[in-house]
Amino acid sequence: MAVMKKKGSKSLPGISTASLPDVIFMILFFFMVSTTMRDQELLVRYKLPEATEVQKLEKKSLVSFIHIGPPSLTMQAKFGTAPRIQLNDSYKSTRDILDFVAAERDKLSEADRASMTICLKADQATKMGIVTDVKQELRRANALKISYAASKTLGYQYQ
Amino acid sequence: MAIDKRKTPDINAGSQADIAFLLLIFFLVATTMNTDTGIARMLPPMPPEDQQQEEIKVKERNLFLVFINGRGDIMAGASGKQEPIDLSQLKERAKEFIVNPMDDPNLPERTNKEIELANGGKWVYPVSEGVISLQTTRDTNYQSYIMVQNELTRAFNEVRDEVATRKFGAKYADLPEDERNAVAKAVPLKISEAEPRNIKR
Repeated sequence: MAVMKKKGSKSLPGISTASLPDVIFMILFFFMVSTTMRDQELLVRYKLPEATEVQKLEKKSLVSFIHIGPPSLTMQAKFGTAPRIQLNDSYKSTRDILDFVAAERDKLSEADRASMTICLKADQATKMGIVTDVKQELRRANALKISYAASKTLGYQYQ
Repeated sequence: MAIDKRKTPDINAGSQADIAFLLLIFFLVATTMNTDTGIARMLPPMPPEDQQQEEIKVKERNLFLVFINGRGDIMAGASGKQEPIDLSQLKERAKEFIVNPMDDPNLPERTNKEIELANGGKWVYPVSEGVISLQTTRDTNYQSYIMVQNELTRAFNEVRDEVATRKFGAKYADLPEDERNAVAKAVPLKISEAEPRNIKR
């Protein structure tokens, strides 16, 4: 007995790492399934407003984004801090929204066009003036299904 | 030579974990996880250019006006009778306006409408004629606008939940789609957003 005990304490068997790749692959597959590719670089900064009655956007492929907010820090030297509208990868004005919506609509199949959604991602400190202008352009472009992006919160603190 | 041809040497799998790690780190960097959430709305279609701008007559009792000013203060009430209220009161006021439980002559009319159910039956429900009109100024903050939209959505959702529980015995969100559509017809989400001509610069 004493001999066996001595032997056991001296040389621990090495931990097998044969299943390590499997574990890592599992984590990898989790991330592959649950995430989406980063598609565009943001040129505006925004902090989304908070709301309690938010709904998830159903199909990512049917959603186009319009970002509104002050230019990001690296762009501020050039463009100032007034809120800008970002469509795809550049700053645009409200006049370009018609073309943007038409281009986004062309990307979708005929059947999906009716359910195209425009997601407005605007900074919470944006003024309604610019948002209303964008909404008017969307109405003109006949993109009527919109979603005001907001992050989920459990409740407000009423001031 | 003396090597047995049938026996292939084992492939060293020691670096498999490293390869998997590389892939994992690539996906961690190149993807985002945020699920986009938001408040869904339908914009009204643009009237044709040649169409005469007709004032759509809405009876005073059917209209609930909500104004938000540049400082985020809210005024709400029937037209002519608006009063400054707090955001925390807005939901109850909106609910009272939508439901009109006592058939108050100052609150919206309700007309019985037949709603077809999926099982072929008809469901007669007094649908409210009320419209909530939301107006902002150009310098209203987006956050206060979203907070008001959120409160109004909450009012509609709560009324829908109540109607759904009474009719189908489950909450609105838990109903199957056809029943949910029926409840949505019974309690339509009528929020009108002001035309820009109403927006004071």
